[in-house]
Amino acid sequence: MIDTAQSARKDFGRRLYTFAAPSRFYALTGWLVPLCWLLFFGFAAAGLYIGFFVAPTDATQGDAYRIIFIHVPAAWMSMLLYLVMAFWAGIGWAFNARMASMLARAIAPTGAMFTFLALCTGAIWGKPTWGTYWVWDARLTTELILLFLYLGYIALVNAIDDQRRADQAGALLAIVGSVNVPIIYFSVKWWNTLHQGATISVNAAPKMASTMLTAMLLMTVACWAYAFAVVFMRARAMALERDAHAGWVAALVQGRSKGE
Amino acid sequence: MMWNSAADFFAMGGYGFYVWTSYAICAACMLAEPLLARQRHRQAFRNAALQTPDNEETA
Repeated sequence: MIDTAQSARKDFGRRLYTFAAPSRFYALTGWLVPLCWLLFFGFAAAGLYIGFFVAPTDATQGDAYRIIFIHVPAAWMSMLLYLVMAFWAGIGWAFNARMASMLARAIAPTGAMFTFLALCTGAIWGKPTWGTYWVWDARLTTELILLFLYLGYIALVNAIDDQRRADQAGALLAIVGSVNVPIIYFSVKWWNTLHQGATISVNAAPKMASTMLTAMLLMTVACWAYAFAVVFMRARAMALERDAHAGWVAALVQGRSKGE
Repeated sequence: MMWNSAADFFAMGGYGFYVWTSYAICAACMLAEPLLARQRHRQAFRNAALQTPDNEETA
């Protein structure tokens, strides 16, 4: 009994590990991508419906606050994706795992896009509520640095011709840059900022109506699904680009053209 | 229902410009990015097909 349980666990571990191979990753994500898009549309539709038709008008900010349903999820994703990118870049470097490095590269543009959206929607929200699009406040400045870190990572890995060396240089930049993420997160606590404090945190009750919170969390799940889908799409393209001469790609291409 | 009319909904209590600009930018970015990723995947597939020697398909 114990023997079978143990071997089953070992088997499961080995199966997880096999997805480190680009061919397996490609096959697995082939059916994960449509699933993620389905989840994205479901959660985004529910989140937008509750956000625009159920959540009440805010007492102090009026309806301008409805920008929160995209602003906060985008800002969360920008920070989370950076850490995930640094993690996979580090794994790719430490264990010489090619797929992990590709995944890190695939995450960077999506993270940069969410950072851009967080800054952009924040600026547009700032105009009616603060009276200005931009201030050099700790939260805004550190988030802008995050955008530059993403862009620097993308520029660096594309500037080095040797792909594995580029992956390693990128990993170093990503890991060193990750020190910025806790600074962004705690900036509203450590400094006096124009940006408001955390709306929801682990050790306190949320400072917002429950319908508003529901809409924001649904939109966050939608953004997660979106990020998974688009990152997998890009990683699949990268796997084909890097392994263009490999047997599994040849088999894939031939299989597809025979089927057509 | 908290909106009295469609015009009321689009006005967003006077903040319509800010709210809809934000959502329009997000929609544009979140539409463009997957399209670019799909294009890159198709391109990679085509290139791989061209490099596979015994494959007659060139497109």
